[in-house]
Amino acid sequence: MEVRSRGVRPAAVVARGWGWRHAGRSTPAITGLDLDIGPGERVLLLGPSGSGKSTLLHALAGVLGDEEDDADEQGSLLVDGLPPRGQRGRAGLVQQDPESQVVLSRVGDDVAFGAENLAVPREQIWERVSEALEDVGLRNPGGRGLALDHPTSKLSGGQKQRLALAGILAMRPGLILLDEPTANLDPAGVLEVRDAVGRCLDRTGATLVVVEHRVAVWKDLVDRIVVLQPGAAGAGGGAGTPGVLLDGPPEVVLAEARGLLVEAGIWVPGHVPATRPRQHGSRTTQTLVTADSVAVSRERPRRSGFRKIPPVPLQHDVSVLVQAGQALTITGPNGAGKSTFALTLAGLLEPVAGRITASEDLAAGAGRTPFQWKARTLIQRIGTVFQEPEHQFVTGRVRDEMLFGPRQLGRGEERVDELLERLRLGHVSDANPYTLSGGEKRRLSVATVLAAHPRVLVLDEPTFGQDATTWAELASFLSELLDDGTAVVSVTHDAEFNAVLGGSELRLESAEVPAGGSVSGDRP
Amino acid sequence: MLPDNPAVLSRANPLAKLAAVVILSVVLALSIDPVSAAVALVVELAIFPLAGLTLGLLWRRAWPLIFAAAVGGWSTAIIAADSGRVLLDVGIWSISEGSLALGLGFFLRGLAIALPAILLMSCTDPTDLADALAQKAKLPHRFVLGTLAALRLVGLMAEEWQTIGMARRARGVGSQGSPLQKIKATLGQSFGLLVQSIRRATRLATTMEARGFGAGPRTWARESTYSPIDIWVLLGGLALASAAVTAAVAAGTWNFVL
Repeated sequence: MEVRSRGVRPAAVVARGWGWRHAGRSTPAITGLDLDIGPGERVLLLGPSGSGKSTLLHALAGVLGDEEDDADEQGSLLVDGLPPRGQRGRAGLVQQDPESQVVLSRVGDDVAFGAENLAVPREQIWERVSEALEDVGLRNPGGRGLALDHPTSKLSGGQKQRLALAGILAMRPGLILLDEPTANLDPAGVLEVRDAVGRCLDRTGATLVVVEHRVAVWKDLVDRIVVLQPGAAGAGGGAGTPGVLLDGPPEVVLAEARGLLVEAGIWVPGHVPATRPRQHGSRTTQTLVTADSVAVSRERPRRSGFRKIPPVPLQHDVSVLVQAGQALTITGPNGAGKSTFALTLAGLLEPVAGRITASEDLAAGAGRTPFQWKARTLIQRIGTVFQEPEHQFVTGRVRDEMLFGPRQLGRGEERVDELLERLRLGHVSDANPYTLSGGEKRRLSVATVLAAHPRVLVLDEPTFGQDATTWAELASFLSELLDDGTAVVSVTHDAEFNAVLGGSELRLESAEVPAGGSVSGDRP
Repeated sequence: MLPDNPAVLSRANPLAKLAAVVILSVVLALSIDPVSAAVALVVELAIFPLAGLTLGLLWRRAWPLIFAAAVGGWSTAIIAADSGRVLLDVGIWSISEGSLALGLGFFLRGLAIALPAILLMSCTDPTDLADALAQKAKLPHRFVLGTLAALRLVGLMAEEWQTIGMARRARGVGSQGSPLQKIKATLGQSFGLLVQSIRRATRLATTMEARGFGAGPRTWARESTYSPIDIWVLLGGLALASAAVTAAVAAGTWNFVL
């Protein structure tokens, strides 16, 4: 695979007994890794959370441990026979959060940033920028597509990730490192990024190492799958070399280790994790919340001098019913205002027009407009789980986090332990919420909201970036709640998740489409 | 941030504009008299169209500053030591001819100093300013580009603040209640924002480092250049500053604060 084009020389990676312990941690993130990646190879790196995948990518990118005096490295990790730290631009890294991948405010400048840092002469930089933007599909060879001075803040998540990829390509790296680049994207964004990566590799022949939960997305693009050992121990487990559980072509690894991968929570193609089926116990229909010709926007009325200008709504004339024991799924393209609508429904945003009304039964004497309820009143009626769990953490300990709601209400503290066990958080009950793994954070954020016993639960993209195990637990848990009579409203792109919950779907179209969304009836 | 601003001043080098603004501000800060400030203000208002601004746009962007200047001037008129004929006397508040002139001086001066800054900001892209500071003023590029990247995150903070506010309300942290509770809730929300900002900034720093930022010499894709406009901008700033001083001295109102 000695492809050479666009001035790119593919890089080779060699790890021998390599391990890394982060400063301030007692156990290493990864240990005893032996791994050889040849120039131009495309590797999908799998492993349960906590197996040190991200640590390895950061080390290869040369950004590990710059300011960590106390960190500890064992063995050796070499790119082209040299430590990655000193080789600027040899490897390029794309991380998970699109927002922190953008450095500058204009598209062209952002792509040029890396090349500038490598002291590439000016006239070559702009050549590289156009080429990179074409490679990731943000511009056509004719110059159509995004203008160089297009503001980066106006890009979608998928576009931002492709921009980040372009920024790396402009450095002409021999090694492209992707750390869950599509975990925060909707299905269209995932494919956008995947296809852009494929095109770039075909054109440059660079070596690829990608970390991702969803095997199906990447399996046709890579020619090798490496599964890391679970946990930091390095001992025990498979037949492979130390630190590596399995290693081989995708078909072979997927065939041999299917059960193992499923168990590790990895999304294996063609396998939908088993979930608790709905009992279909919706005997009576009871409406809890009504949205009547609602228009939504996150923006508040603007002041222009002394005048008040109402915001332009993302959606208007949306009407829908939220019913006890029924799931309602809000779907639609990016930017259609799905989350905004859900937050409005949940009493967190004031509708720009129209009305959100709680049923008399749900309001229980508190007034019929959820937005006007006090926080304490709101959480025992409508609970909302945000897309980013960290936004909702209010204490420094998992247990206190769980007790927070019940303490506000003065009741329900006894249920906390049961919830902790039910969502497998018992073993971390004394830990700081911020230190949990992604799956644990998601489960905690659901558990904390449920501790207040709301009759309506609103979830914003609850399954984004989750491994298959957490996904299945979450879906099963929600199906149980539904059977118990809770109304579950979720904003999601996840068709399999919707299938588990059943219920009806509210589809919101892009803002350009004037219609007010359409509700389709029960799905089988 | 400035989509295709065709104004003349947006083509000038940011450093020249910055220098002109600094000269004008320093000179205007040297005296408290209505004449120099009024002269500067009139000329500033006359050159606003060069920055692509209209009076309406100016009012919309600058009304808090205009309001603040008015409040400052009014308080000065009330509090300053009286001299000359007393015009109004209500209890401890009194306004005399002398204090009124001083108040008016303050008001006009506040505006005359604030408006060039607004003008500078509305016709200068932060990226271009950073380029000029690093390439022309030779400030360290680590510092300049670090600040520029951080500025972009500041723009995201308003949105983040709103999201965290809602997320906390969904946890039962109310912003209703007694003032003490409100302060507590705001503090908690600020802490949440701080945590999120630090985490995002850390990731951004990794992104920048992974793109080779930080060590060794670098090149600049955008060259910061001077053009003949810059000479006019600088001369304009100087001319306006001296015109204001000359007018005040001629009118006999110049009073040096130092």
